Amino acid sequence: MIEQIKQREEKIRWILTFCALSSLLFLFLIFAFILIEGLPLFYKVGFSNIIFGFKWAPTKGSFGIFPMIVSSFLVTIGALVIGGPLGLGCATYLAEYAGKKRKIFLKPALELLAGIPSVVYGFLGVIYIVPFVREVFGGSGFSLLSTSVVLGIMILPTVISISYDSLMSVPRAYREGSLAMGATKWQTTWRVVIPSARSGILASFILGMGRAVGETMAVIMVAGNALKIPSSILEPLRTLTSNIALELAYASGDHRLGLFSTGVVLLIIIMILNYIANFVIRKKVIK
Amino acid sequence: MDVKISINNLSVESQEAKILKNVNLSIYKNSILGLMGPAGSGKTTLISVINRMIDFEEGLKISGEVLIDGENILDNELNTVALRRKIGTVFAVPIPLPRSIYENIVYGPKLKGITKRTVLNNIVEDCLRKAFLWDEVKDRLHTSALKLSGGQQQRLCLARALALQPEIILLDEPCSGLDPISTAKIEEALNELKKDYTIVLVSNNTKQIARATDYTAFFYLGELIEFDVTEKLFTNPKKKETEDYIQGKFG
Repeated sequence: MIEQIKQREEKIRWILTFCALSSLLFLFLIFAFILIEGLPLFYKVGFSNIIFGFKWAPTKGSFGIFPMIVSSFLVTIGALVIGGPLGLGCATYLAEYAGKKRKIFLKPALELLAGIPSVVYGFLGVIYIVPFVREVFGGSGFSLLSTSVVLGIMILPTVISISYDSLMSVPRAYREGSLAMGATKWQTTWRVVIPSARSGILASFILGMGRAVGETMAVIMVAGNALKIPSSILEPLRTLTSNIALELAYASGDHRLGLFSTGVVLLIIIMILNYIANFVIRKKVIK
Repeated sequence: MDVKISINNLSVESQEAKILKNVNLSIYKNSILGLMGPAGSGKTTLISVINRMIDFEEGLKISGEVLIDGENILDNELNTVALRRKIGTVFAVPIPLPRSIYENIVYGPKLKGITKRTVLNNIVEDCLRKAFLWDEVKDRLHTSALKLSGGQQQRLCLARALALQPEIILLDEPCSGLDPISTAKIEEALNELKKDYTIVLVSNNTKQIARATDYTAFFYLGELIEFDVTEKLFTNPKKKETEDYIQGKFG
């Protein structure tokens, strides 16, 4: 009897271990796949010709993706400039100012925002934001500005939920101490609560950036996808993710390998961002 | 003796229960009033009415009046921020802000708009001396306040309350987590401070109340059972409940 139970426990243990390992396995496969496909071109064309090359003409042997790296960087910063303060403001309202009733209403709404498919964001961007930018600021409307606005909205759920959690984890006694010393609610929030939640807020920004770098569909729809470094916020641009999605369907030979090289660079950027976010969060826990 | 705080017919109710029932109490200038009573007797609620921290609790009904220097502080029009600058509060669990010792003390004065370095330095030294903490921390004013021991943190909280230059100091079980030596230091500090301030000390420790206060109010289940000069109340209590509580028969 006991022997039977033991055997069954052992079996379940193996099954669960396999489940846990499978996600690791997928991660490994993705890495291996992209590196195997993407790295050869770096040897063939030269590392700096790809990373720092300005010209992307894969059928003619030019694989420069520097403008796309810069563009990805720009839209990410743009998203942060728009989504960061807005998200932090919203999280602060939820954590410090909203009463219980409003919280019950607002929290699910925000979670819903996270669940909307990215193509819908892109669609709304094309219908409303692009024409708005075109009419108010000029240019075609398909631009760094439009992309930043769309991405800024898309990273809100990430920024808000992580900032909110870190604001809520600030001990109540800090607030009481500050209020009892004659600080107003805002002074308490600004001078005590937000500084105490600093590392979590920072992490939320970095994870938001991670989301912005990786976003593809909505970006393709509003960015204009031109192959150059934009000289103003009203010019179109093409990000690393868009490049892959736009061309993979018809690419072959070296062209196809060039897209995998783009993937390698993208993967490295996202790994760095995740590493920084983890580092920031862990620092908070240790402290 | 001048009355500093006059509490008239004060009641506090939540939806479930009456927390304070029709309390009438006078708190005299330059004296220490001890509030004692078992848990749930309403001592802490009384404190949070006086500094209006009770505003941050939801769903409470407050009636009656609390006069400080003749002004009713339960008035809805009252500037609560200004009130709290007149009243220094020290909580049961000493939690300094996660900043340096120096920054903890100048936090209040800076909010009042004092920015001159020399003035702030003087405030820091003065308040730390009054709280009997200066000698222990004068060489590390700019290190984190969270590195201090519990007793030191509590005296830091007292010092930072003093930095507001308040007229009244409220202490809510300030020694509940402290060792006897730290407790003695706080009591010593309070005894000096009453020359300049009106002090209210909440404590579960009847011995501390007997030792450290001039007047004592005994609360039980939201009611003020007895109020008297401390010596009288402890040697010759008028009510049965008071006597039982002092002798440790309940609570």
